[in-house]
Amino acid sequence: MTTEAPAAPPEKEKAKEEKEESFLGLFLHNLWSANTVTVTILSIFLALVIGAVLIVVSDSAVLSTFSYFTARPSDALTGSWDLISRAYADLFKGAIFDPAAIQALFNGTGDWKTALNPLSETLTYAAPLVFTGLSVALAFRGGLFNIGGQGQAVIGCITAGVAGFAIGLPAGLHLVVALAAGLIGGALWGFLPGLLKARTGAHEVITTIMLNYTATLFLGWLILQNGIRDPERTDAISKTVDSSAILPAMPAPLRVHLGIVLAVIVTAGVAWLINRSSFGFELRAVGVNQNAAKTAGMSVAKTYTMLMVVAGGLAGLGGAVQVLGTADKLTGQVAGNIGFDGLLVALLGRNKPWGTLFAAILYGALRAGGNLMQVDVGISLELVTVLQALIVIFIAAPALVKAIFQLRDARSARLGTSMAKGW
Amino acid sequence: MSGVSTATAEDLSEATAPDRFWSRQRRLGAALVIIGLIAAVIFGSLAESATARFTLSEDAEGAALSINGQFGAILFGVIAVAAGGALLAGVAKRWQTLLLCLGIVAFVFSFLCWQVAGKFLPLVDTASGSLELALPLILGALAGVLCERSGVVNVAIEGQFLMGAFGAALVGTLATSVWAGVVSAIVGGVIIASLLAVLAIRFLVDQVVVGIVLNLFALGVTGFLYERLMQPDALKYNSPPRLPEWRIPGLADIPVVGPVLFETNLLVWLALILVVVIHLGLTRTRWGLRTRAVGEHPTAADTVGIRVRGLRYMNVLLGGVVAGAGGAYFTLVSTSAFNKNMTAGAGFIALAALIFGRWTPFGALGAALFFGFAQKLANYLSAVGSPVPNQFLNMLPYIATIVAVAGLVGRVRAPAADGVPYVKS
Repeated sequence: MTTEAPAAPPEKEKAKEEKEESFLGLFLHNLWSANTVTVTILSIFLALVIGAVLIVVSDSAVLSTFSYFTARPSDALTGSWDLISRAYADLFKGAIFDPAAIQALFNGTGDWKTALNPLSETLTYAAPLVFTGLSVALAFRGGLFNIGGQGQAVIGCITAGVAGFAIGLPAGLHLVVALAAGLIGGALWGFLPGLLKARTGAHEVITTIMLNYTATLFLGWLILQNGIRDPERTDAISKTVDSSAILPAMPAPLRVHLGIVLAVIVTAGVAWLINRSSFGFELRAVGVNQNAAKTAGMSVAKTYTMLMVVAGGLAGLGGAVQVLGTADKLTGQVAGNIGFDGLLVALLGRNKPWGTLFAAILYGALRAGGNLMQVDVGISLELVTVLQALIVIFIAAPALVKAIFQLRDARSARLGTSMAKGW
Repeated sequence: MSGVSTATAEDLSEATAPDRFWSRQRRLGAALVIIGLIAAVIFGSLAESATARFTLSEDAEGAALSINGQFGAILFGVIAVAAGGALLAGVAKRWQTLLLCLGIVAFVFSFLCWQVAGKFLPLVDTASGSLELALPLILGALAGVLCERSGVVNVAIEGQFLMGAFGAALVGTLATSVWAGVVSAIVGGVIIASLLAVLAIRFLVDQVVVGIVLNLFALGVTGFLYERLMQPDALKYNSPPRLPEWRIPGLADIPVVGPVLFETNLLVWLALILVVVIHLGLTRTRWGLRTRAVGEHPTAADTVGIRVRGLRYMNVLLGGVVAGAGGAYFTLVSTSAFNKNMTAGAGFIALAALIFGRWTPFGALGAALFFGFAQKLANYLSAVGSPVPNQFLNMLPYIATIVAVAGLVGRVRAPAADGVPYVKS
């Protein structure tokens, strides 16, 4: 930041020069500079490259062709290329569309449901991630690192699920009550670390991690209890949520449900909350400089507590969407990894509400594509975890991406890594 | 200020008004009285009036300390109340910690009397099991001490464990040598540590974020290679040899302490020696002084000619060595094969032990032993059939951590520059 100050007069001249450039020239100039879009795309590209290396290294058949690489390199290269291109083609087909299905649709032999299925899967996986991602992003803006999204989502699953099968209400109302139950459950689970942070200074990273495990263990206990457990099953699984509390979905094979619409609405709500409401102003002020906020008369303790309540509520809602939209019963792994994935989604979306929404859709796409990749080429779904982690590593370290691709400096220096705060 | 974010508004007002009635001492005293009453009344009324035997061996045989369960639960509850009462009444400062410890230990004993009434608890087995479960936590927390005292937050302990465990299993099997396994566990830990170091120190990425993401990266990579290599051919890739147990003749014959400390594997000794070495290193050597200087005030350290970044790199990598060795525990000591996500959050508990132990080696050792004990107890009690469901017993270490971080240790202060990247201006 300080280095920009002395360069003020020449910058004026430069601006004049640039004004004279054509739009296309400007566009090309900016394309290879370290702006948000370029860094994001290159991060994804780099992650895919490293993923490709992993695919090849872990395939013994292809790896054995490398032993005679110097004698006949074509074997190794075509073998690797086939494997990688098949894997990544599956990733695309599973996440966006399968050209074959579209072709069939045009020929009249196909079915629009088959053609839309990949997109439906993507959005199905994305819906809960939007909520948990927003939860983390919101907390980040207020200077808190909410790793507890997982626990809050688990509690949200529990309360929404139990409300879904334990109480009988007319359709519509039941759904609203079940969603609200998830929201409240998550909010309570977020309130605890918020209160502890505000009252005792206990670091939220530690307390929320511990609450994650506690919530998971509690879920494991709860689904074995009478009244919760499905009496007709021998394994640890709860009763099924009443159809009146299920989120309406597309016709049968398509799984996408109303949760994604809800996610968009909530994203807009969170954007309003952060940018337009007085609470949003306070939380941003506390996040940037809590001492200044305190001096300005804001109650830091109150803001922290409220922030964790709202963040917990969002994650809880994510859990509720998971149960009421896709899972429809409680199991030990009902929440999957949505809380931790939410963390990555928020980082990828740069803690902005709409960015988080798009990041969640990207993660949903990776997950949906990963499923097909696992079935078709037999490459473990764990590769998707690696890709997701790598993308965020590169996004979080724009200087690294910049150095690898020799990018120009962006004109607006918005790509700082300014989140560093410590304990 | 951001470095000491554990201090709150309440703390500041307390600092200006130290004579407030509800001082920290009184609040702790009141808390002790409450948990003591809980112990005496609830545990006492729930406990069977049968003998609780604490045997001095690995099983039900041999000499034992016996007490009536109900009587013991009430007695120790009353002791906790008394300790709390003494704190409430006000005692000299040097007695505070002692009374606090006494109260907590009495509470634990009261709980034990309730649970063990009519049964037995083998003390030697409990002690050695606690030590074994604490082993990775000790090493992980020590890795954290190394990193964080020099100003780099290390949330990636979990990832270092996983990589270490994976490396130990893979190379240990391929080389059919347990020592090759240990070495490659260390290499695995160092790989994650070097990523952490480069991203945090060179590229100035938020260190908590890097840590979390590196954990996921390690989880993904090890899980991926596990499914691709180890699962199809476990015999070839995933059957590492076990770390041998050694017995020091003479010392191992001491009752209780002997079998726990002197008939065990090398990693336990390594961990205990490292605690002492790192403690002495931090307090008595030039390296330690420089590390602490870099962690507290890097600008001042730089001014007197200490290479801040270089020292941080070195300490983070050393931390990787220690945490990687901790990862070897999972595949060479506790089980004999790698499994996906087998560390199951131990890295995070090690992190909590680090904070609980106030960023000091001996504090970390104590905290790790406490967590190990809680875990061992949960395992034992669920095995002998406790009235408390085992999920709740398994929550013990986590809840204890929350309580510890929130209240017990008072105001914990991290190294001032912990997590703040150093940019030379």
